[in-house]
Amino acid sequence: MRLIMNRVFIVFSTFAALVGLIFLGWILFTLFSKGLQGLSFDVFTKDLIEGGLRNVIVGQIMMSGIATLIGIPVGILAGIYLQEYGANSRSTEFLRDLSDVMMSAPSIVVGTFVYAIIVVPTGHTSGWAGVLALFILMVPIIVRTTDDMLNLVPIELREAGIAIGASKYHVTMNIVVRYAKAGILTGILLAFARVVGETAPLIYTSGSSEFWSTDLTGTFPSLTVSIYNLATMPDDQMVQLGWTGAFLLTTMVLIINLLGRYASNKKRSK
Amino acid sequence: MKNMMEVKDLTFTYSGASEPSLKAISLPVEKNKVTALIGPSGCGKSTLLRGMNRIHDLYPGHRYEGAINLLNADEKAYTNILDIKKEAELIRLRQRVGMIFQKPTPFPMTIFENIAYGLRLSGVKKRTELQEVVEQSLRDAALWEEAKDRLSHDARGLSGGQQQRLCIARAIALKPEVILFDEPTSALDPISTLAIEEMISVLREQYSICIVTHNMQQAARISDYTGFMYLGEMIEFDQTDTIFMKPSQKQTEDYISGRFG
Ligand SMILES: Nc1ncnc2c1ncn2[C@@H]1O[C@H](COP(=O)(O)OP(=O)(O)OP(=O)(O)O)[C@@H](O)[C@H]1O
Ligand SMILES: [Mg+2]
Repeated sequence: MRLIMNRVFIVFSTFAALVGLIFLGWILFTLFSKGLQGLSFDVFTKDLIEGGLRNVIVGQIMMSGIATLIGIPVGILAGIYLQEYGANSRSTEFLRDLSDVMMSAPSIVVGTFVYAIIVVPTGHTSGWAGVLALFILMVPIIVRTTDDMLNLVPIELREAGIAIGASKYHVTMNIVVRYAKAGILTGILLAFARVVGETAPLIYTSGSSEFWSTDLTGTFPSLTVSIYNLATMPDDQMVQLGWTGAFLLTTMVLIINLLGRYASNKKRSK
Repeated sequence: MKNMMEVKDLTFTYSGASEPSLKAISLPVEKNKVTALIGPSGCGKSTLLRGMNRIHDLYPGHRYEGAINLLNADEKAYTNILDIKKEAELIRLRQRVGMIFQKPTPFPMTIFENIAYGLRLSGVKKRTELQEVVEQSLRDAALWEEAKDRLSHDARGLSGGQQQRLCIARAIALKPEVILFDEPTSALDPISTLAIEEMISVLREQYSICIVTHNMQQAARISDYTGFMYLGEMIEFDQTDTIFMKPSQKQTEDYISGRFG
């Protein structure tokens, strides 16, 4: 009986894995074949209004990048607080739970929230509103990975630091965080990969623009929102541009994820 | 000879524990001698040692009663280290009373930085001085020959025995007065163990040493005094020869002859 169950289980899980792989392969194949067709130099040198993607790519990276730059210190400091200074008190547990809940919050909810607190009062969509939505999405991820990675640092290392006359602050900054560096970096990359492909939090916050812009106080170009818009356009050329954008976005996310993998593997093999 | 440290009637209770883990313990640590602590697992050896540089204070809620006296620099009077409240003074205490742990604990830095780190924190800034002390400490810890060509490599690339010697070098770089060893060789192979034992008998010319060990031969080989602990109490303390040849307590004799523990 045990043996039969075992067999059945193996067959089912293999089947499930195959189905998953087939769909994944299908998606990637479609994406690559359709996306590559439209790939040309113009895509990178012209703005959306002229049939390229330059402004939306730059816009997407700018918003995600700035959200990451602000999110890194905030997330890491919060993670350090939880693990090193929170001492497992009630409030620490509450903050941990809160951050976990935030991590699984649907991104459209975050988008709507930022819409309500920024876009409605200011009366227009803006790059900063998009940055804020992405920031809210990514900070819990960084907090969580920092917290987890610091938790893996052997307690003996902290004691050894104290034993040579380092203060708690020095032990944390120079020894504990350095030990967990690779893991924290992986967390940051994964958080970036997560937000760089987000559409829902940007639709109502940054909006999308066909023109070149680096002014975050106004409506801001965004690759994901533009893909969404292009896909539903009647014009074939526009739809093609959408495919190309989707292809570029997927490639970017894939590369970042691989980098994250690489960083965490390197850490483990040490 | 003078005692470098004196534990007097120390009772120690961990946070949340109903019973104290140390019960009215007394222990002298004589200057330039090696004092060994032996006893079955769980008898409180580590707990005692960790009181002597107040590393327990990393975790809140424990309770000390009694005194742990440390000889002042003028060698005239003692200071009770349990009276220390300020973090700056605790840091100073740990620079004077160094500690080596059971598992080697190299910091995630280069070999050079592992040793220079504590020195920098204690205020040494000049590069030449750092280099000098790093070299001297590595020599004293019998690691210089193996490490001199890889000072800028990550310390975690060293072998376990080398890492432990690095930790010793790191401790002696700060010129402590006392060095506490908590089973420093129990994770090491026999050859590394021998190297560290030899080093301890050299170090004792300059430092006062207190070492916890589960290895009876080791205690007999390297220590001048031995204390036998059992269930949080100091059952017997005497010269090592006396403890091993003609102990006055039945429990000590049983433990040494391997009848329990
Ligand atoms: N953090 C702690 N909280 C509560 N009790 C503790 C804690 N650490 C140790 N104890 C208890 O204190 C007693 C002494 O432990 P200690 O680690 O000092 O023993 P030991 O003699 O060093 O043993 P070993 O030879 O196994 O290292 C034990 O009964 C142990 O359960
Ligand atoms: Mg112990």
